[in-house]
Amino acid sequence: MSTAPAAQPNSYRTGPDEHGRFGIFGGRFVAETLMPLILEVEKAYKAAKADPGFADEMEYYRKHYIGRPSPLYFAERLTRELGGAKVYMKRDELNHTGSHKVNNCLGQALLARRMKKTRIIAETGAGQHGVATATLCALFNLPCTVYMGATDIARQQPNVFRMKLLGAEVIPVTSGTATLKDAMNEALRDWVANVENTFYIIGTAAGPHPYPSMVRDFQSVIGTETKAQMLEAEGRLPDTLVACIGGGSNAIGLFHPFLDDREVEIIGVEAGGDGIETGRHAASLTGGRPGVLHGNRTYLLQNDDGQIIDAHSISAGLDYPGIGPEHSWLHEMKRVKYVSATDQEALDAFQHLARVEGIIPALEPAHALAHVMKLAPTRPKDNIIVMNLCGRGDKDIFAVAERLGTKL
Amino acid sequence: MSTRIERRFAALQAEGRGGLVVFVTAGDPAYETSREIVLGLPAAGADVIELGMPFTDPMADGPAIQASSLRALKAGQNMKKTLQLVRDFRAREQDTPIVLMGYYNPIYSYGVDRFLKDAGNAGVDGLIVVDLPPEEDQELCLPALKAGLNFIRLATPTTDDQRLPTVLNNTSGFVYYVSIMGITGTRSASSTDIGAAVARLKRHTDLPVAVGFGITDAQSAAAVARVADAAVVGSAVVGRIAGSLDRDGRPQAETVRATLDLVTELAAGVRGARA
Repeated sequence: MSTAPAAQPNSYRTGPDEHGRFGIFGGRFVAETLMPLILEVEKAYKAAKADPGFADEMEYYRKHYIGRPSPLYFAERLTRELGGAKVYMKRDELNHTGSHKVNNCLGQALLARRMKKTRIIAETGAGQHGVATATLCALFNLPCTVYMGATDIARQQPNVFRMKLLGAEVIPVTSGTATLKDAMNEALRDWVANVENTFYIIGTAAGPHPYPSMVRDFQSVIGTETKAQMLEAEGRLPDTLVACIGGGSNAIGLFHPFLDDREVEIIGVEAGGDGIETGRHAASLTGGRPGVLHGNRTYLLQNDDGQIIDAHSISAGLDYPGIGPEHSWLHEMKRVKYVSATDQEALDAFQHLARVEGIIPALEPAHALAHVMKLAPTRPKDNIIVMNLCGRGDKDIFAVAERLGTKL
Repeated sequence: MSTRIERRFAALQAEGRGGLVVFVTAGDPAYETSREIVLGLPAAGADVIELGMPFTDPMADGPAIQASSLRALKAGQNMKKTLQLVRDFRAREQDTPIVLMGYYNPIYSYGVDRFLKDAGNAGVDGLIVVDLPPEEDQELCLPALKAGLNFIRLATPTTDDQRLPTVLNNTSGFVYYVSIMGITGTRSASSTDIGAAVARLKRHTDLPVAVGFGITDAQSAAAVARVADAAVVGSAVVGRIAGSLDRDGRPQAETVRATLDLVTELAAGVRGARA
């Protein structure tokens, strides 16, 4: 039930509108208890955006704490092996805490401080967002509670321990399916009960307005840097961008600065799980339809009755039955092409990159890499592909070892 | 033309007593048992019935209602059957208002126009949709009002005087005051706070005010019925259902009676409150 694509807009970068909508997607579908705070967050973020002091603060911590800019790396050996387009990797896995998540947490933690909130909550799937949130909370001396599905806790033990070392309280969520969506439900329930002193740092470009655009803005540093670095390295823009998508924050961060460069092809890679045809996947755009969950209208995995269906992916970070609303809009506008990669393809890519480039990627960007490995050989040698290597794989080695039948 | 909800609250006012609003989830623990419970509610003393439309991800609900929702879904409940339950009820009972309560996605998925038509025909009187604040009125609130259904809004302790008019605008039937900041079935507010909150709402609206969240027994229901137009009880009722099931979650011979007994107790509390 997809709506007919509207005429091409003059710009793809002006959304959302004043109601927080990207076309029909987005919005503010939250309980009344949260509504006044959501409006306050919107106001505070608007003020912060207009304040050069906020930008300076962001810049300081990006440079000295996160370690930005992250390199744009030409993967020469991988390129030679694939025998087609040149493959570049945006190395956001080199950020402090090991993924792109920290870009967003920094922005939201600084905003929470400006709003004089004294307590932080977050949800996490793979644990990367939880670790990044716990890290910033340690830095800024804010008590931090992270909700994590019991299923994810079992498969992401190293990150659970990291969060605890950083002083965060990790609360296992056993309700529903005990994964990321339930962690988000539980975080929302906490927020409703503690709305006066608590700021909810949402980990992806989803949730009620202004979160999708706020998270996108904080992550857009990825695409902005990539553009400048690519011009420096090659004197031109890339032909193709590729990023993996769960909620889609790393992807929108890379894509957004390029949306109006229409000659640049943009591809998002969803988690295909056991294969789209099996029904066991996490590909909301490929296998879902529009619905309303967690504060926004977007593509969701759901049954005929509008009940949310469990997502399935080897990667806990992509294991979510929804997607950020801006991706839903870009999908319907056909500005971004969305494809999928299966668990097995991601697993193969994970191992391949380790051997060919000496980089162990997280399972999430391994999905993007799996697509790059299909795509690059079909493209001429003077083509350029940039993929977002948005996280490192240290957290995944136990899960991968188990899958490969190796005892650690 | 007045609605069934308006007539019921007018009657309560004429009687000089507060009302009892009872929440149960449609299809909990299974369709037949749920139907018997709902059919028995008016005689047990429920003045208004809130019928939950089950949803997999009830973000504003505590463990009792979450579990109730999942029991119903596991037993095969869906929107069609929920509307069927209302039709079954209306075939027997014409005076007690039924308000459907839940989250937007199952309605959106069913189709807003089709839902409003089928709900109206089934005998639904009003809607409470937790995740549709006034900012999203064009989604369902305005079409529902046009279709002749009441749209009942939640007001909360965080809804300040500046925001109240926004919340009350387009609200009809009654206002549902959420007495605590939090999810259903967890904390309770003091009756002093509730009294003050109801008085504040009354300065902004002539609509009846029902108060819910954290009302667990006849005594707390009575305390609310003293200061508000009605008390809403949900978690305690679905908790009673849960307590009556066997280890595999199957209804037992006493499930219906045990549930209605609690409603009878609550009703006695509410009815004696202002005596």
